[in-house]
Amino acid sequence: MPDTTGPATRAPSAPAHSNAALRALLDSLPGVDEAGVHARVADLATRSVKTTAKARAIDLAISMVDLTTLEGADTPGKVRALCTKALLPDPTDRTVPPVAAVCVYPDLVRVAVRALESTPVGVASVASAFPAGRAPLEVRLLDTRYAVADGATEIDMVIDRGAFLAGDYRKVYDEIVAVKEACDRSDGPPAHLKVILETGELAGYDAVRRASWLAMHAGADFIKTSTGKVSPAATPAVTLVMLQAVRDFRAETGRQVGVKPAGGIRTTKDAIRNLVMVNETAGPDWLDPHWFRIGASSLLNDLLMQRAKLTTGTYPGPDYYSAD
Amino acid sequence: MADTATAPEPASTAPAPAPATAPAPVSRRLPVHKTYKLYLGGAFPRSESGRSIPVTSSDGAHLANAALASRKDARDAVVAARSAFGPWAARSAQLRGQILYRIAEMMEGRRAHFVQETVDAQGIDEAPAQDLVSAAIDRWVYYAGWTDKIAQVLGGGNPVSGPYENNSSPEPTGVVAVLAPQDSPLLGLVSVLAPVIAAGNTAVVVASERAPLPAVTLAEALATSDLPGGVVNILTGRTAELAPTLAAHADVNALDLAGAGDLATQLETAAAATLTRVLRPEPFPDWHALPGLARITPFLETKTVWQTVGR
Repeated sequence: MPDTTGPATRAPSAPAHSNAALRALLDSLPGVDEAGVHARVADLATRSVKTTAKARAIDLAISMVDLTTLEGADTPGKVRALCTKALLPDPTDRTVPPVAAVCVYPDLVRVAVRALESTPVGVASVASAFPAGRAPLEVRLLDTRYAVADGATEIDMVIDRGAFLAGDYRKVYDEIVAVKEACDRSDGPPAHLKVILETGELAGYDAVRRASWLAMHAGADFIKTSTGKVSPAATPAVTLVMLQAVRDFRAETGRQVGVKPAGGIRTTKDAIRNLVMVNETAGPDWLDPHWFRIGASSLLNDLLMQRAKLTTGTYPGPDYYSAD
Repeated sequence: MADTATAPEPASTAPAPAPATAPAPVSRRLPVHKTYKLYLGGAFPRSESGRSIPVTSSDGAHLANAALASRKDARDAVVAARSAFGPWAARSAQLRGQILYRIAEMMEGRRAHFVQETVDAQGIDEAPAQDLVSAAIDRWVYYAGWTDKIAQVLGGGNPVSGPYENNSSPEPTGVVAVLAPQDSPLLGLVSVLAPVIAAGNTAVVVASERAPLPAVTLAEALATSDLPGGVVNILTGRTAELAPTLAAHADVNALDLAGAGDLATQLETAAAATLTRVLRPEPFPDWHALPGLARITPFLETKTVWQTVGR
């Protein structure tokens, strides 16, 4: 594909030190063919995934869910209930795998860690003045360190979209590097850093591609579409552009970066379409909860209902699943 | 011909021979046939399966093709009915009554169409078909009157000994799957559908398998009656294919088996797994008889509230 040749022919990333050099690096990325991306997304949405393949896709999607609650009204009780659901999504069927992680605000990390200690489910925390990111860097770093100190294994940070749109790539880069350092932990492995680009506020797919490369060069372990607080959130086209970016980045640097679409993925059909995009864009290496996550809250119930439909043959109703 | 049509004629001239030539262009006009589709969530989609089925009159003549709904369509209909339930149940009983009366008004405006489809479907003369359509329209008026009286008749204060007030009030059950009567495609359908929605339930209707066309025309009246989309969803197709899915569906709260025929027992068994309320079919229903509350009460739940009195 033509859009892969640009990055591959460029000089390998010596992360640029001046804003001008960063800008030159990102401006050398080829533009996104918008009509082509939309056509590709529409084509990928026509794959038919049925019966046993669908059953595997549903279980894989469940294991990739970052079960999220990011409301002002979140209580410790709600987070504990969410953790219970993360471990055992369907209490009537123990063959359902647990989800990848729960995602909460920093002040509730402690509650989630207590509920999920010595389980395979991770605790992700949004940090760095989520969702706007409009706070002094010291405040954002403190926010992150608190979440890490409380035991978060994953940090979802937001970038400063204002700085990015103003062309101050250097500031965005430095902030990601600083937050990455704040993810270090003296008593264990560092927290995984997911960088939220908030694509709904970036102007166009070219900006999404540039922001993806900027975040990856700065050390992101994951790039994530959105906070869920801005519409549009994770559109399939944006996810596709980001999947192309991680594929090309690995081809160029050898480092694999994960992708997390978040917001707006509510149905099993949406989730399976995302898995098809992963498989046919980034490749099967990414079909793993270590490399692809879906940030969602209501999606899990739909996955469970579709799973029950496959195993029992009858349609279940939402009355039979917990609301949160 | 064009000259004679456009030239102004003096008033004094004798009538031109225009009538003799006029019918020629009319007869060349292509007929505009109606496409009979499903009624789901307030819209008229084709079946997601793309299937259709020929519908014949009682003497075997082809009438039209109707959509052949799939199990997926049935599932989509339940989703539409579920999302419409909350707002519909929350409307005031008086407003529901006004909307039901509006359905009667809309049917009256399409009377000729309903009469023709009843003649075709049941192989009867026009006079009895007129009576059937009148009875169907009057049935909406009948249930329109009931909407704001159900709570008065079926609810109220209960006598208790103690410093309490104890009140019972009827509430709609939820999503009701209705298998419409097979032999009475219009009056039978209205007789089972109207009481369900009058009480505040929403409905997924499987129309008469042999004669589904009046149900689709009824859907057109419903769609223009201020009835919110999704309150009534009408599927045309094979009852034996759709009914088991609806009966076993955990998000269906009640099941009216009026048109189930031999399937009734099997469907009742399937419905039991999720404690779905079931209304068994009557052996020899008389759709002309006034039904009273008999078809309303099966789709109501009674809520009883205790409240202390005194200071």
